[in-house]
Amino acid sequence: MADRPVAIVEKRLMDVKLGELGTWLGGRDFTPNGIIASVRRGHDRYYNKYINVKKGGIGGVAMLLAGYVALSYFWEYDHLKHDRWRKYH
Amino acid sequence: MVTSFFDQFSSPLFMGIPLMALALLLPWILLPTPSSRWLNNRLLTLQNWFLGMFTRQLLLPINHPGHKWALILASLMIFLLSLNLLGLLPYTFTPTTQLSINLGFAVPLWLATVLIGLRNQPNLSLAHLLPEGTPLLLIPILIIIETISLMIRPLALGVRLTANLTAGHLLIQLISTGLFVLLSLQPAVAILTGALLLMLSLLEVAVAIIQAYVFVLLLSLYLQENV
Repeated sequence: MADRPVAIVEKRLMDVKLGELGTWLGGRDFTPNGIIASVRRGHDRYYNKYINVKKGGIGGVAMLLAGYVALSYFWEYDHLKHDRWRKYH
Repeated sequence: MVTSFFDQFSSPLFMGIPLMALALLLPWILLPTPSSRWLNNRLLTLQNWFLGMFTRQLLLPINHPGHKWALILASLMIFLLSLNLLGLLPYTFTPTTQLSINLGFAVPLWLATVLIGLRNQPNLSLAHLLPEGTPLLLIPILIIIETISLMIRPLALGVRLTANLTAGHLLIQLISTGLFVLLSLQPAVAILTGALLLMLSLLEVAVAIIQAYVFVLLLSLYLQENV
């Protein structure tokens, strides 16, 4: 089945072919408004998939918290690496 | 590099952004905005139930003009609650351990209550400085004492929250360090220490919730006197 022709810039990231990646990146909106809009889109996708459902469980929030812990670890890694096998804490 | 137990309270930079920015941003991400649907998802229902119950309970003793403060007190409560509880996760940063943040909450809100009282009902506000039935000779001293206690309220609010959370985090770090070292040396003592750490963690969860509540409750009390 032939797909409708879509402009390269408007394709989703997973549909962009490797050779078109440069064009895709060049055409995306990296202004502050654009970044805020993309963050909002990502947040809405996550919210509607995991939290805004009829019988949402603890998984939706737990994934967010686990990601937060991982991101915090990554953020302060430079500070934490000194703690690993030091003799006197 | 010399490290101390207080290093957990520093906010390390990553590409120029301190970790505190991420920690302050997270309650905004975790708490959903109310929608206009009749039946919401479970998280939103839970949040609405909690906020409704809390606001009703908090505004019970406050008379009508003070009800304008409902929104800010409820949002302050849920912000402090989420900041405190999120700080108990490993590797996270708790903004409320910083005195700057707590004083930034306490001083403007306290000052607002005092100024509202002085502007709308100056006689009544000044009358709060002298309890009823004091002997005549004690009046000057008591007014001075009451003024000092009024001025010290924002400091007390800020320092109370800071000290409670900082002490809790320090204790957790100290006992877990001891547990870690003891595991290889004397496993039996390590089990006792582990039990202590478990109970301490439960205490810290309670303290996190209670301290947020106390902060907002005291503010509502100051409001009730002045409005």
